[in-house]
Amino acid sequence: MDLIADRGRRVTVEELNTSKLLAHAAKQARDRKFEDVLIVDCDAHHYENEHFSEILPFMENEVFKQLALAAGAKGSRGSVAPGTFGYQDMGGRVTRYPLRSSEKTPGAPHRDVQIGNRWMDAMGVDYSCLFPTGMLNIGMHPQKEMEFELCWAYARWVTEKVLPDCDGRMYTMLCLPFSDPEGCLRMVETFGDRKGVGGFMVTTVRERMAVYDNAYMKLYAALQERGLALAFHSGPNWGAQTFQSCNRFISAHALGFSWYNILHCTNWVVNGMGERFPKLPVIWIEAGLAWIPFLMQKLDHEYLLRPSECPILKKKPSDYMRDMYYSTQPMEIQDMGALETTFRMMNAETQLLYASDYPHWDFDLPSTIWDLPFVSEKAKHNILGGTAARLFKLPPRNEGQKKNLIKYGNLVA
Amino acid sequence: MAEQFVCKSSEFKNGERQIIRIGEEEIGVFKHEDEYFAYSNFCLHQGGPACEGLTIARVEEHLRADKTSMGLSFSEKDMNFVCPWHGYEYDMRTGAHVADPKVRLRKYDIVKKGDDIYVVA
Repeated sequence: MDLIADRGRRVTVEELNTSKLLAHAAKQARDRKFEDVLIVDCDAHHYENEHFSEILPFMENEVFKQLALAAGAKGSRGSVAPGTFGYQDMGGRVTRYPLRSSEKTPGAPHRDVQIGNRWMDAMGVDYSCLFPTGMLNIGMHPQKEMEFELCWAYARWVTEKVLPDCDGRMYTMLCLPFSDPEGCLRMVETFGDRKGVGGFMVTTVRERMAVYDNAYMKLYAALQERGLALAFHSGPNWGAQTFQSCNRFISAHALGFSWYNILHCTNWVVNGMGERFPKLPVIWIEAGLAWIPFLMQKLDHEYLLRPSECPILKKKPSDYMRDMYYSTQPMEIQDMGALETTFRMMNAETQLLYASDYPHWDFDLPSTIWDLPFVSEKAKHNILGGTAARLFKLPPRNEGQKKNLIKYGNLVA
Repeated sequence: MAEQFVCKSSEFKNGERQIIRIGEEEIGVFKHEDEYFAYSNFCLHQGGPACEGLTIARVEEHLRADKTSMGLSFSEKDMNFVCPWHGYEYDMRTGAHVADPKVRLRKYDIVKKGDDIYVVA
């Protein structure tokens, strides 16, 4: 298959086969004996926007369904879901983007399960939390009704058509229509006890979002009562006013992922959400780790000067941040000393969850954790899967994994 | 040092690459402007197949004397090859990472015997 390079020059590359593309990852997994390590990827993706013809019929409201189906019809100029600017594939340099449609997935199970199994098997991943891709922009839809309808339809499709095909290796935290608090609650009440639902996710890519608003307290209480996790998943939004002065995608991407989690984590902490819902597992996803020590220091500094603005807090903001969970990817490994300090400040041994973000362009392999020189064996096992196994009640897949889960106190299922 | 046959030069077109496997080692051999370059196929970032992705001219940004930018352009002379996993971009002639020359893929010698191309591993 040809890819376009400089000046229209065409370069021939092989068709995409995920197993073949990740052959070196499989070697890493064999060399490190990952078979005996339960590995949970708490942030992996599929391209649900390539299955809208399957998803949209699950919309509830007939008027919005008709609008969406018509927008997707041939010859239509409509658009169903919001998009963003950017060049995740770097002009085709990350070849799995332009080649994706060339990957063959004959017959059953569902195409996304077949592809998921290929990369999980290659990396040595046992379970992955499946998140959408395009739906991460759902928070920018101007209509809260359409936001709800699309989240609802996706939730039905993924829990009824995709997850049942995966032999229990995939689970999900379903995307919430956060512009519609009542709709969020209805989603939790409807889908919260479905097989493979480990929690719910709020995409933090939004222009306005008040995580502390009284309208959401019923939602958080419902999640806490059910033992479900609440994840905040970040992303870039080059079109946002904040990033209008960025003239390169690298700037909007690097800042955007960090910024949206910094923004909403700050509001979550200073409004005492950790005090109000102490047993609600909260996970901050896909912003890397470097922002965490920054925010801890910044908020602790200001809290001591301005405690009258956060009277609910009974300890320092960084203490509440250490009660929450964080996904590893994209982990900044440029300065090993800084990374070690970050691990120490966030109590990585108990609060950090491995994430690949595959198949997105800046994915991380399990070896990024396993090979760190300053991390204990216990912390490696916890970060790669033990902590997630406890959070999402995931059982070991073989005796070697079971022994290690028992050894490090992570066997709960 | 063993010599491993790559292919006949007459069958190796400019712009193409061959991946040669010798035991656990994998070597990417490129033909570029009638020259041959061979590097380890294990990316120095996370171990991806460094030689199996796109080849693309280096992107440059030139400044005028007054320090204003002339914008982005493709190089007329420098060609890179790109690891398809994450986009690590290496110089075709040196195997050095474009942004950090200290990051350098292992380079292998190429021997030509008549029409036959060999890599020395």
